[in-house]
Amino acid sequence: MWAPGMMKPAGPLGAAAPGGMLPQGPSPPGPHQFGQSGAHAQGHPPQRFTGPPPVNSAAPVNSAAPSYAPYSPSAQSSYPSPASTSSVTQLGNQFNAMHINSYGSGMAAPVQGPPGPPSAPSFQGPSRPPQPSIMQPGSQVLPPPPTALNGPGASPLPPSTHRQDGLPGPQYQPPPLPGQTLGPGYSPQQAANYGLQMAGGQLAYPGGFPGGPAQMAGPPQLQKKLDPDSIPSPIQVIENDRATRGGQIYATNTRGQVPPLVTTDCVIQDQGNASPRYIRCTTYCFPCTSDMAKQAQIPLAAIIKPFATIPSNETPLYLVNHGENGPVRCNRCKAYMCPFMQFIEGGRRYQCGFCNCVNDVPPFYFQHLDHIGRRLDHYEKPELSLGSYEYVATLDYCRKNKPPNPPAFIFMIDVSYSNIKNGLVKLICEELKTVLEKLPKEEQEETSAIRVGFITYNKVLHFFNVKSNLAQPQMMVVTDVGEVFVPLLDGFLVNYQESQSVIHNLLDQIPEMFADSNENETVFAPVIQAGMEALKAADCAGKLFIFHSSLPTAEAPGKLRNRDDKKLINTDKEKILFQPQTNVYDSLAKDCVAHGCCVTLFLFPSQYVDVASLGLVPQLTGGTLYKYNNFQMHMDSQQFLNDLRNDIEKKIGFDAIMRVRTSTGFRATDFFGGIFMNNTTDVEMAAIDCDKAVTVEFKHDDKLGEDSGALIQCAVLYTTIGGQRRLRIHNLSLNCSSQLADLYKSCETDALINFFAKSAFKAVLHQPLKVIREILVNQTAHMLACYRKNCASPSAASQLILPDSMKVLPVYMNCLLKNCVLLSRPEISTDERAYQRQLVMTMGVADSQLFFYPQLLPIHTLDVKSTTLPAAIRCSESRLSEEGIFLLANGLNMFLWLGVSSPPELVQGIFNVPSFAHVNTDMTLLPEVGNPYSQTLRMIMSIIQQKRPYSMKLTIVKQREQPEMVFRQFLVEDKGLYGGSSYVDFLCCVHKEICQLLN
Amino acid sequence: MNGSVFRTMATYLEFIQQNEERDGVRFSWNVWPSSRLEATRMVVPLACLLTPLKERPDLPPVQYEPVLCSRPTCKAILNPLCQVDYRAKLWACNFCFQRNQFPPAYTGISEVNQPAELMPQFSTIEYVLQRGAQSPLIFLYVVDTCLEEDDLQALKESLQMSLSLLPPDALVGLITFGRMVQVHELSCEGISKSYVFRGTKDLTAKQIQDMLGLTKPAVPMQQARPGPPQEHPFVSSRFLQPVHKIDMNLTDLLGELQRDPWPVTQGKRPLRSTGVALSIAVGLLEGTFPNTGARIMLFTGGPPTQGPGMVVGDELKVPIRSWHDIEKDNARFMKKATKHYEMLANRTATNGHCIDIYACALDQTGLLEMKCCANLTGGHMVMGDSFNTSLFKQTFQRIFSKDFNGDFRMAFGATLEVKTSRELKVAGAIGPCVSLNVKGPCVSENELGVGGTNQWKICGLDPTSTLGIYFEVVNQHNAPVPQGGRGAIQFVTQYQHSSTQRRIRVTTIARNWADAQSQLRHIEAAFDQEAAAVLMARLGVFRAESEEGPDVLRWLDRQLIRLCQKFGQYNKEDPTSFRLSDSFSLYPQFMFHLRRSPFLQVFNNSPDESSYYRHHFARQDLTQSLIMIQPILYSYSFHGPPEPVLLDSSSILADRILLMDTFFQIVIYLGETIAQWRKAGYQDMPEYENFKHLLQAPLDDAQEILQARFPMPRYINTEHGGSQARFLLSKVNPSQTHNNLYAWGQETGAPILTDDVSLQVFMDHLKKLAVSSAC
Repeated sequence: MWAPGMMKPAGPLGAAAPGGMLPQGPSPPGPHQFGQSGAHAQGHPPQRFTGPPPVNSAAPVNSAAPSYAPYSPSAQSSYPSPASTSSVTQLGNQFNAMHINSYGSGMAAPVQGPPGPPSAPSFQGPSRPPQPSIMQPGSQVLPPPPTALNGPGASPLPPSTHRQDGLPGPQYQPPPLPGQTLGPGYSPQQAANYGLQMAGGQLAYPGGFPGGPAQMAGPPQLQKKLDPDSIPSPIQVIENDRATRGGQIYATNTRGQVPPLVTTDCVIQDQGNASPRYIRCTTYCFPCTSDMAKQAQIPLAAIIKPFATIPSNETPLYLVNHGENGPVRCNRCKAYMCPFMQFIEGGRRYQCGFCNCVNDVPPFYFQHLDHIGRRLDHYEKPELSLGSYEYVATLDYCRKNKPPNPPAFIFMIDVSYSNIKNGLVKLICEELKTVLEKLPKEEQEETSAIRVGFITYNKVLHFFNVKSNLAQPQMMVVTDVGEVFVPLLDGFLVNYQESQSVIHNLLDQIPEMFADSNENETVFAPVIQAGMEALKAADCAGKLFIFHSSLPTAEAPGKLRNRDDKKLINTDKEKILFQPQTNVYDSLAKDCVAHGCCVTLFLFPSQYVDVASLGLVPQLTGGTLYKYNNFQMHMDSQQFLNDLRNDIEKKIGFDAIMRVRTSTGFRATDFFGGIFMNNTTDVEMAAIDCDKAVTVEFKHDDKLGEDSGALIQCAVLYTTIGGQRRLRIHNLSLNCSSQLADLYKSCETDALINFFAKSAFKAVLHQPLKVIREILVNQTAHMLACYRKNCASPSAASQLILPDSMKVLPVYMNCLLKNCVLLSRPEISTDERAYQRQLVMTMGVADSQLFFYPQLLPIHTLDVKSTTLPAAIRCSESRLSEEGIFLLANGLNMFLWLGVSSPPELVQGIFNVPSFAHVNTDMTLLPEVGNPYSQTLRMIMSIIQQKRPYSMKLTIVKQREQPEMVFRQFLVEDKGLYGGSSYVDFLCCVHKEICQLLN
Repeated sequence: MNGSVFRTMATYLEFIQQNEERDGVRFSWNVWPSSRLEATRMVVPLACLLTPLKERPDLPPVQYEPVLCSRPTCKAILNPLCQVDYRAKLWACNFCFQRNQFPPAYTGISEVNQPAELMPQFSTIEYVLQRGAQSPLIFLYVVDTCLEEDDLQALKESLQMSLSLLPPDALVGLITFGRMVQVHELSCEGISKSYVFRGTKDLTAKQIQDMLGLTKPAVPMQQARPGPPQEHPFVSSRFLQPVHKIDMNLTDLLGELQRDPWPVTQGKRPLRSTGVALSIAVGLLEGTFPNTGARIMLFTGGPPTQGPGMVVGDELKVPIRSWHDIEKDNARFMKKATKHYEMLANRTATNGHCIDIYACALDQTGLLEMKCCANLTGGHMVMGDSFNTSLFKQTFQRIFSKDFNGDFRMAFGATLEVKTSRELKVAGAIGPCVSLNVKGPCVSENELGVGGTNQWKICGLDPTSTLGIYFEVVNQHNAPVPQGGRGAIQFVTQYQHSSTQRRIRVTTIARNWADAQSQLRHIEAAFDQEAAAVLMARLGVFRAESEEGPDVLRWLDRQLIRLCQKFGQYNKEDPTSFRLSDSFSLYPQFMFHLRRSPFLQVFNNSPDESSYYRHHFARQDLTQSLIMIQPILYSYSFHGPPEPVLLDSSSILADRILLMDTFFQIVIYLGETIAQWRKAGYQDMPEYENFKHLLQAPLDDAQEILQARFPMPRYINTEHGGSQARFLLSKVNPSQTHNNLYAWGQETGAPILTDDVSLQVFMDHLKKLAVSSAC
């Protein structure tokens, strides 16, 4: 919901966005202060965290595991401060009024509500806390956390500082009593209501001991630094889930059950709900009312990956064919037959689970019911018993009521000077010869039905006639780039097998044909236009593979100029850098989607190419953008070729329309992903492949019943690679509860981060980044504060209590906030930021999890006899050791970090060189050395690479050498070199926010 | 009658014939009325038919440059009519009377040592210019691919054949079109490459040149001599290549040419982008070879159906415009299309290139709209039913025929300049030319045809190309020409010969002045009624292009009546007394047939056909033009040798075979009895061999005509009662019709089912009107 307000700058929000979020009043509000006071924060950092050692300071430092023990008794009770009870509603109201959470529907509220975001005075409200005098100074005098999310403007603390400003011994506060907060069915694992307890008295937080003001007077003594090991560890969470649920069978028979984490391997059995591989939700228990939803501020969203790859040990989707009758659908809401339909009257009628309409069962579909009111064929019909299945679509579901033609792939190669010179054209042409053998095909078919076509271009376009009966391919030059058209029909799109010799002839000739070309200028929009027109002329959907390398400066529609301007960074105009330069690409994308033309772009930039503009069409048409900076043949070809092969072979559906239906009481309101929407309900996609996810946000429009739950049906109408029209249906049932605690315990942090990332990255186009970061911080604090207020057992106000399901939300959120899209860094180019922004927009939960919190594996401790991956470690420099070798992967990049004292036998084993000093870092592929170290490491790398949509580029990093700077940016728990707080700092900051909210 | 030439002439007919053979000129009047007033009273204007490049096997060109009069406004060329002072080495210009020094090369000149241009027999002389590099001829094929398979095949074969006929160093190019337009690059090896253009988008010359990568600095001076092609070998090399280099390549390319691949749904015409194709062809040559001899040869098999220049939409249910539609202003696309092609034609003419149109289809192809392309540039226009006919194939082959010297019968980029002595001015020209808008002292205010200039550009011409040139006598009545004075005209034609030489042909003629009041008989006797008929017809046809048909006919009638009044001998109000002298006797008959000709009658002709007929009428020489006006009819019988007979229904007899030549058609018609005999197979019986010979004789004669004519006439072999007999019946004078058949009570001849008036009725009316004092 960032969008509605933000897209209209004239609207209330737009006007208020920069300033409205910031208070006009005398007392600076949290976020404001948070943001602005970073500069002077360094003077005061210690005072915040002064205090006596934590009560549980004896908690093991190295292993957080014990403190997670669910039943570990604790005498420490974390009761909220007296003020908290009354401030719950107050807080809620405050949310309503102030809309810190801009995901809320009431974005415009700052205008009408109390002026100003959360400031201490306004929190006091009618029920004044007992110690107003303390609170006042607390909010006024307390400086923000030292390394606030200030961006480069805030001069960062020296790296060591954060270790000194002690959050005094936070630890994981076990729940007071299981029975107290745990609802029925609350599994023991989930019960761990871990809180971060802070010793209240010594902390200058509201609700602290009297005398706080005095502490504010001067820099307090540093008594204890916060132990990083004592704060929630993502690794620990992942490992715990893996330990408890990994390798098991997860059956989807229960409504609202929380699936294993994305990082956990298990076998999923469809028993009436869609596999989490297809749909994951931010929470599996929806609040019953919108008030409750607003109170919790937890986004209600589903991340749908309709074409997700299913491992071979799980059942593929069943195909239901009702012949000419087509799928059975509810007459009113048009929902498809699914397990949520209730058959009544002896099977003659059924009640729709979504809209409650009672429909007649079509005669061909009639079946008697058994004694429990279930159809006798319940287990024979996938649509009655499974969460996911496919229908064969009838002609009504086809364009012009005609069965679709099989899709086509068009390869469009930039043959301008630089691409010829660096050998890229030759590489592509060579590779195409083999990769075309592997065009995707329907399982039962011998050959692929996909037709292929070829275009080369610089500032003009060359189409090729590769009809099978030609002795030589024919080239047709279209120079009218202003109004591109397809010069030929017959012979452009051909069956690869039939035209193989002509195609090979062509691919052999292309590099030679342009060998003497010195054309530097290229066009871009006309290229897409040409491909789209070709598909249109052939009356089929399809995919364009464009291999492009430069800013399109030739005179043509979509011509771009270099508008990269570092000066815009950290200004309100920074968003311009993410917006396309011209609206040509937007309307082009619209046309492409309308004609089922998906665009996949391989970019080989050596300088600024304006990814924000070039990438728009690929993004909106469900294509993929691949980018290889400063492409060098010997270094990068493997990565590129892997991507190309992978992309061509991908499972993909074309010309798709997705519709998300919900049961009454709520509805899908916002969609994020590689999609295009002409109205508010139909999600149009030129194509959708197995790696693309669409994130859907839901909003209440009525009360939800605890009994009926919340049902979601996602239907995707698409054309298969063989040219069949099909409907893919995914159904998911969620719980509903009027207890906030139920909501919190059913949350999934990975999904939440996916949602936050997409909505924030979407907002980047319209909002200043600072505002977005503030909103994210605020919402995080709100979610946690609400939990603290309503669900956690009473404890000291100074205690940070995190719901179990959101234990790692702060660290992940911090990673998101530090991402280069939201926080510019000097070494990251504008193009790279636009690129990452675009990638995230279509990511599934697993990909976004890895992207924001990279996987860091110690290699030196490798057990070469085992095939399991070594246990990951947390992404922090402190976890590295000079004697170690570490592998880091985030889905785009892979780093092999070599400590200066790396064991020589390991270096020898991996690199086949005698010592660390001999290791040549100028490689992107490990040498194939025939020893266990090398083999195991390469196997690990291939396991990590598996299932990832992008081929990761390997960089060898030696400790204390220059490239290490890049590597260190991925150690996301640490403070960023150019801004971006450390995990610890962020946690403190969030805690402070929470405390402010609670008061 | 003081002219020395005249004394030696037995008759005017011989004089006229000799003049035509030597100079390629036929005047309507060979003695000129000496005052403006008298001239206008002659009714038929003073005019001539000029065939600038008339073949003169006996006239070898001289290898030097002409000597010009030094007066800048005159620059007439030294000719036999000039007075020469051999001692002073001076010559006097016979047009402006400027006295000029001979150039140094003429120092040896004397009465006995004269240069050719001073000898009377060299009243027409051709100079070969030595300066300037020679540029090869260019042939750019523009080929429609929306043809039926066998049509396309035939066309491809013709084109391939033509490659062997081209001069080896000629440059050729190929543009094909259908829904798209493809400009083929001819130089590349391996992959065949073409530049494709959308057929719906009008492009400026600049855009076309940019898109073809031909952009280069603008060519300085339109009239400049073409630079050597080596100046821009790069641009020229891709699309225009010497035949000898790429004939194999091009033969293959033509061989692989496919029908336009875009599907044509039921009830639709194929989308044909003729307008854009032509525009690109013009733009291509304009950018690369301005002012160089070049032919754009358009081969089309149907009407343009899209883009600029479209003539009809692609819906088959909407037929192409007819004369009826045009009269009712229902021809939606006509004006716009005509404008497009006129723009192209004018640009082409400016560049000195010519456009040929070879249109072969059963239906119309839009010649009406496209005619200006051929008319203004001197290109050929050929109309046939199919490319797979001998009509097309032989006509096309004949384009590349050679003359007695082995040179191609084509010339390019000609400029015709007409200079007159001061009593005369130039009123205009009608023919395959465009005005160069050169206003000189000898340009008349009154325009006849394309006027307002004394220079015209003829981008393409051949030895038969003939222009009608009209003059105005400006001498005032009160300033009589001195006795024995002669008026002179000089025609200067500069052109690029097919051998790529630049040449200048100069024809200087003179005629006696005569006072119309005292010497009317002289003038009358020197009337060339054939030339006059053709010249009047050209004026009529020229008017018919812009005026309503009936108006033109009325104008012709009025002129005829006035002529008869002026030169007839009659008693007032007594039609029976009316007589015309021999020199006028045929003229009314020509006018009668002209009125019925397809040049002025659109009934039964499509607009395309009318355009086609008019195109040829405006460029053929006198003999051919007369055949067009009044077809020739020969009769074959056992009664004697073949004889020409009256073009009259009374000539259609049962025991005769008729051979009619209308220029566009050769009709052989077997009379009823002959047809029956043939049906009975007498010709196969040895005892009736003479019948076999009789049948064969007209066939042989027809073949002779067919061989000589360009374009190939339609050859029709029919008999009494045959459906194709209509070609004959529509031409003959309907002396017997269903109306008067019995009244006349004759037993011979065939009645023609028409309400048209016959020659007799026409003449009766004419006499009546001529003698009437009311007019």
